[in-house]
Amino acid sequence: MAEDILKLSSLQLDALREIGNVGAGNAATALSQIINRKIDMTVPQVSILPLGDVPDVVGGADAMVAGVYLRVFGPAPGSILFLLPRDSAFYLVDMLMGRGQGATTSLNSMDESALMEIGNILAGAYLNALSHFTKLTLLPSIPALAIDMAGAILSVILIQLGQMGDHALVIETEFTTEADGVKGHFFLIPDPGSLSTILAAIGVKE
Amino acid sequence: MAELIKVGMADYKIGRYPASLISYGLGSCVGIALYDPVTKIGGLAHIMLPDSKQARSTENPAKFADTALLKMLDDLLKLGAVKTRLTAKIAGGAQMFSFTNTTDIMRVGERNAEAVRAILKQLDIRLLADDTGGNYGRTVELKLDTGVFRVKTIDKGEKEL
Repeated sequence: MAEDILKLSSLQLDALREIGNVGAGNAATALSQIINRKIDMTVPQVSILPLGDVPDVVGGADAMVAGVYLRVFGPAPGSILFLLPRDSAFYLVDMLMGRGQGATTSLNSMDESALMEIGNILAGAYLNALSHFTKLTLLPSIPALAIDMAGAILSVILIQLGQMGDHALVIETEFTTEADGVKGHFFLIPDPGSLSTILAAIGVKE
Repeated sequence: MAELIKVGMADYKIGRYPASLISYGLGSCVGIALYDPVTKIGGLAHIMLPDSKQARSTENPAKFADTALLKMLDDLLKLGAVKTRLTAKIAGGAQMFSFTNTTDIMRVGERNAEAVRAILKQLDIRLLADDTGGNYGRTVELKLDTGVFRVKTIDKGEKEL
């Protein structure tokens, strides 16, 4: 039971990837409209990783990142984390606040609110798709922001998973703006019990 | 260049001078350094959770404060460290995100630090330095030549414990 994520079938992983695809597509469209830039996104990776390897996805435990964290409430609780390299976060703030590229070198409280709002909108767009697929009502908490080392920020989620097992199911998409190279990673990490709820709701429970 | 041994999340490593031990990006996790100044043998653990008895999966003992400390102590003694000479320094245990309704799981950093202190006391290992709490990440390095425990942060500076 503890490590049931290691026993997922390829059909189940495909289903999760498809949910990730639609969710992230919604979120990318929302972001694209806000900053008025074309956004490319990768096909979502659904990976099952040892907990200690998760920070490598975003460039290592000591990479400097901005993270917007939200809890997901409802019948399938979990966590959403939008992580972006600190430079990308600053540039995103430049765009949102109408400053020239490179003008932002630290964040004031207005900038922080703007980033949290972006996290909020992306999470809302993503959860909309997930709710639509699963017919489960899933709602995001208010967002929280931290700018720090990737390992430190990810530890918040990894510790929750660590109580149940040694692996994380990570549904992850990378966003890139066309010209300016703003990069972001969007993580959906279901709480351990939630995975079977989601799989049952989309009809691929074994 | 002396060897720099990396310690990942939910892991521990031991070594002796001239090596150093480093663990990157501790958030709510706690880094525990044990050091014997005579043999210059030391160990660094990066624990995630306070108590193996409260968890469902206990496959990896290095994940929990209680089991990681016991195992690392065992390995240190096998390598030649002497228990009465061992001292401890700890760092980490932050709360990275603050929500208004702080649940138990959000306070895990604080609980980790408390658990580590209690276990060190049980094992009768003196705690020389304690840099825990706050809302920021830390990278920690144990220098095995001197036992200096260096704590680096992004914008709260760097200190040597």
